[in-house]
Amino acid sequence: MKRFSLSRYLSIVRKEIIQIKRDRPSLGIALIMPIMLLFLFGYAVNTDVDHIRTAVWDQSKSQQSRELISSFVHTEYFDAAVYAESYHELEAMIDNGTVDAAIIIPPDYAHRLDNHEQADVQLFINGSDPNIARTASANAMLTLQNKAIRMQETRMEKEGMGKLEQPIELQSRVLFNPNMESIVFNIPGLIGLIMQNVTMILTAFSLVREKERGTMEQLIVTPIRPLELMLGKITPYVFIGFISFTIVLTLGIFWFGVPLKGSFLLLLTLSILFLISTLTLGIFFSTIAKTQLQAMQLAFAFILPSVLLSGFMFPRDTMPVVIQWIGGLVPLTYFLEILRGIFLKGVDATALWQDITGMVVFFSLILTVAILRFRKKME
Amino acid sequence: MSMAIQCENLTKRFGPRVAVNNLSIEIPKGSIYGFLGPNGSGKSTTIRMLCGLLVPTSGTGTVLGFDVMTQSEEIKQRIGYMSQKFSLYEDLTVEENLDFYAGIYGIDGPHRKKRKEELIAMAGLTGRETQLAGSLSGGWKQRLALSCALLHEPELLILDEPTAGVDPVSRRIFWDVIHDLAKKGITILVTTHYMDEAQTCDWIGFIFFGNLLAQGTPQDLIRQLEVQNLEDVFVTLVQQEEQRLAAIQPGTKGAAQ
Ligand SMILES: Nc1ncnc2c1ncn2[C@@H]1O[C@H](COP(=O)(O)OP(=O)(O)OP(=O)(O)O)[C@@H](O)[C@H]1O
Ligand SMILES: [Mg+2]
Repeated sequence: MKRFSLSRYLSIVRKEIIQIKRDRPSLGIALIMPIMLLFLFGYAVNTDVDHIRTAVWDQSKSQQSRELISSFVHTEYFDAAVYAESYHELEAMIDNGTVDAAIIIPPDYAHRLDNHEQADVQLFINGSDPNIARTASANAMLTLQNKAIRMQETRMEKEGMGKLEQPIELQSRVLFNPNMESIVFNIPGLIGLIMQNVTMILTAFSLVREKERGTMEQLIVTPIRPLELMLGKITPYVFIGFISFTIVLTLGIFWFGVPLKGSFLLLLTLSILFLISTLTLGIFFSTIAKTQLQAMQLAFAFILPSVLLSGFMFPRDTMPVVIQWIGGLVPLTYFLEILRGIFLKGVDATALWQDITGMVVFFSLILTVAILRFRKKME
Repeated sequence: MSMAIQCENLTKRFGPRVAVNNLSIEIPKGSIYGFLGPNGSGKSTTIRMLCGLLVPTSGTGTVLGFDVMTQSEEIKQRIGYMSQKFSLYEDLTVEENLDFYAGIYGIDGPHRKKRKEELIAMAGLTGRETQLAGSLSGGWKQRLALSCALLHEPELLILDEPTAGVDPVSRRIFWDVIHDLAKKGITILVTTHYMDEAQTCDWIGFIFFGNLLAQGTPQDLIRQLEVQNLEDVFVTLVQQEEQRLAAIQPGTKGAAQ
């Protein structure tokens, strides 16, 4: 009697499948929601800073000043969006958000260059978004330096002094994501985040619904064991989650053009482990929540730490150890490493053993807690 | 005579409210025990403690020889329970509900088929096998619930207001089934507000405000209180208790809340 009964487990699975089939709207949401979210956020979470809207106040209005502006625009970091005629105008535009940067070229710019004097170019940056500010100032600096070096070169060549040799030059090569496109980095993470949140709501609802409708009362006077009930509830949703995951993954690769370096099969296999973990998390929520509304609130409360602590937003390496540990309570944390590892670096299972183990431990832990919390009693 | 249910000083509190107060009852095996009392008197709460759905605040009890505090899983295997509110799956058909509970009780293969046929015939559900449970009318829902509670051939059947809101034909069928089961040696604990049903029980327990006020055969109770019928027993007991309470605590009108 204490043993796991296959008959009871299969009964739950069969019953769930029938109920899911009859509840078309919910099934639709489970399958379509991830796709919609991927499209919505896939475009929204573009953290690349480029095409910064820039105002230009060109007081020199010379051949040289126009060259300078075009070399700024060439970097693609700056868009010469507006031309202004005064400080006042520039400040107003930065204040009301029309532009995020402003370039000011003094009236004597060309004259000073011709006379081999130092010319000053001013850059205004809206610092409220530090990410934009950093990118803008770094790139402006680089652009100007390059320009200055090139001028120096031509001048020295003219004077017959030969080429200017730079004593040191940095040659960096970016591995894994050579164009440093944020979409390549973000889409795999986004897929994980979406799947976690959609699937955990599925099981949380499924169990709480039984409490709300009163069917739980009949179920808990039977010899059903919590483990049988929980695994029975999870099983059909693993399949639904898997189909959904495959669709979203395919979209990520073919629609968003994120190249998959590693094995598609390995990714799918590990996604099953991930889905089991997130679905069990949903079951755990349902042992706390009494209504579907509460289950929903719990799931939403879980989203924020998932986004912030899993490594989705910020790299985990720089977080304090305690925070890293807390991040370990989010299944997405492990799956992010797996997703990015397989997607971007093309690693195999041996390189991911830590995260695979982490996920297995998380699943076992949360299942145990859920079983301990689940009482075959009424409140 | 050995007892199917035996409990002593069973008490259940919900916060400050005492729902069941020092209840002691004994139900002999193979008998029909009718549990009567006004709304909110504690019938369902008592039943839920006996089924292992609620943990008693204090007191002791055994069901089929198993302790209600520590052996609720053993009890659950051997009893059939029908709750006051319909609690089968409305989005499953009649047959799917039966199949589900058959699987839960580990009834498989030809035995399941036989059992299902028997119960569908018994409950008069023939021809409605593929109808969604949610679309059944009140009486039919109750018959289906009874069938599910009987699938595993329990030794004890606990029915919480099985005939509330049910038409006279379904009520007749229900009670015919109950009497048949009792003849086969199954013990039945049933709550009801219908006195004609109570009249046919072997034993009656009368509960009010969580207190068991009277217990005995219908005939004994009528004789003891010197009244005409069970309905008079019900009204007399309620009035006596309200007067008693009013005497102890003047100002407290003891109407059922
Ligand atoms: N879960 C609960 N929490 C708090 N109070 C409860 C709970 N369940 C029941 N009660 C209270 O306990 C008392 C007894 O309720 P119970 O349902 O046992 O009565 P009943 O005799 O079955 O009534 P009815 O004939 O209406 O079914 C009522 O006052 C009820 O409000
Ligand atoms: Mg009741």
